[in-house]
Amino acid sequence: MRGWLHVTLSCLWRITIKQRLFIQGASIHTKIALLVLLSIVLMTVDHRQRHLEGIRSVISAVIYPLRYTINLPFVVVNWADEVFTFRNNLINENRALLKKQRLLEVKLQKLAFFEQENRRLRSMLQSAKRGWEKVLIAELMAIDFDPFKRLVQLNRGSNDGVFEGHPILDANGVVGQVIHVDPLSSTAMLITDPNHATPVHINRNGMRAIAMGTGEPNRLEIPHIPNSADIRIGDLLVTSGLGLRFPAGYPVARISEITINPSESYAQVFAEPTAHLERTQEVLLVWPESDTEEKR
Amino acid sequence: MSAQMKHKSGIILLSFAIAFALTMLPLPDWSEVGRPEWVSLVVIYWCLALPERIGIGIAWIAGLLLDVVHGAILGQYALALALMAYFTLHFYQRIRIYRIWQQTLVVLMLVLSEQLMIIWIKGTIGEAPESRLYWIPSITTALLWPWTYHILRDLRRSFRVH
Repeated sequence: MRGWLHVTLSCLWRITIKQRLFIQGASIHTKIALLVLLSIVLMTVDHRQRHLEGIRSVISAVIYPLRYTINLPFVVVNWADEVFTFRNNLINENRALLKKQRLLEVKLQKLAFFEQENRRLRSMLQSAKRGWEKVLIAELMAIDFDPFKRLVQLNRGSNDGVFEGHPILDANGVVGQVIHVDPLSSTAMLITDPNHATPVHINRNGMRAIAMGTGEPNRLEIPHIPNSADIRIGDLLVTSGLGLRFPAGYPVARISEITINPSESYAQVFAEPTAHLERTQEVLLVWPESDTEEKR
Repeated sequence: MSAQMKHKSGIILLSFAIAFALTMLPLPDWSEVGRPEWVSLVVIYWCLALPERIGIGIAWIAGLLLDVVHGAILGQYALALALMAYFTLHFYQRIRIYRIWQQTLVVLMLVLSEQLMIIWIKGTIGEAPESRLYWIPSITTALLWPWTYHILRDLRRSFRVH
């Protein structure tokens, strides 16, 4: 009888006191083991395949209000900057812009002619090169990511027709491409991100190369350039269109540094992006022409 | 009663929301590498204060959100934060009675373990940062522990979050 009492009491003690003192006692180990396993599975799937975009966009939608709130003060400051500007400044700016637009319009007249001619020639050669026509302006949101990556947040999402791999340009050259899309916003990778590589060719002689991001704000690396290659400082690199991601012929970077070490088989070549990656506020999203034609 | 419970979870949610906002807030380029791991601080605090409510599961979910916030692969911060919460829960009775500077050292170790986990994962997928500056956040995070501790404790006491 006494023995039974002892057992019940000790059981009770174990359940009530011990459980309270050592919270989640045994379950904590199983829990962490399960979560570690789940994380590893998630990481493997996310790294190898693209099945998890759904989960990511759901989480992104959860975070969106926070992102929006953080961005709001910057929007308000920009707006106030526009509203409370002097009339004289506006008039001057307007004049300068009108002048610029007239110059551009004259150039555009010629361009339309060239484009038509180009298309006719290409059809004669039966070459199916895709043009990229429709554009949309997106603004960068004031959001920071991992400091060792070069990512930005855009205020346009799948509701505006943005897709994964969407090329992004600014007035001076290629900026990057979209990597994740959710309905209201999207995340884009700049060409300077260490994971980004842009297929390019040298505008002067057509030599093909790849411009890799370095993670530094204004520096691209051009690997595998032989010591004897015809490459000079100041050469313009333009997109070759080979990766089928970027439209061909847009400026990417200018060669800024060439170090030739005769004992190595390749030269060390660096380039500076032509787009104002660190200063730009507005970027252009470009659609392939064939897609827009299908939409019509 | 349930409304009261909701209200009390609200404080915890709010502290997490602020931590996430601080993580995303744009900083000048030179200070960006030293940004403290705000979410880790909040996770450590709630694990110490309310270990029966905030545990590994919530740390894991917070980590998953952080993955999207940082644009990392899904699971990276989730794994690191869950393990950090596990260490915290394992020693929480001891850490609670430490003095504040001793706790600061513990936080330094915890965040270092988190960063080690993350650089390990990043190394596996080939994007480990080469710069030594990578380790600065663990120092800034630890230095912020005393303030975080006092602010969150006052909040918890004045709103009686149990």
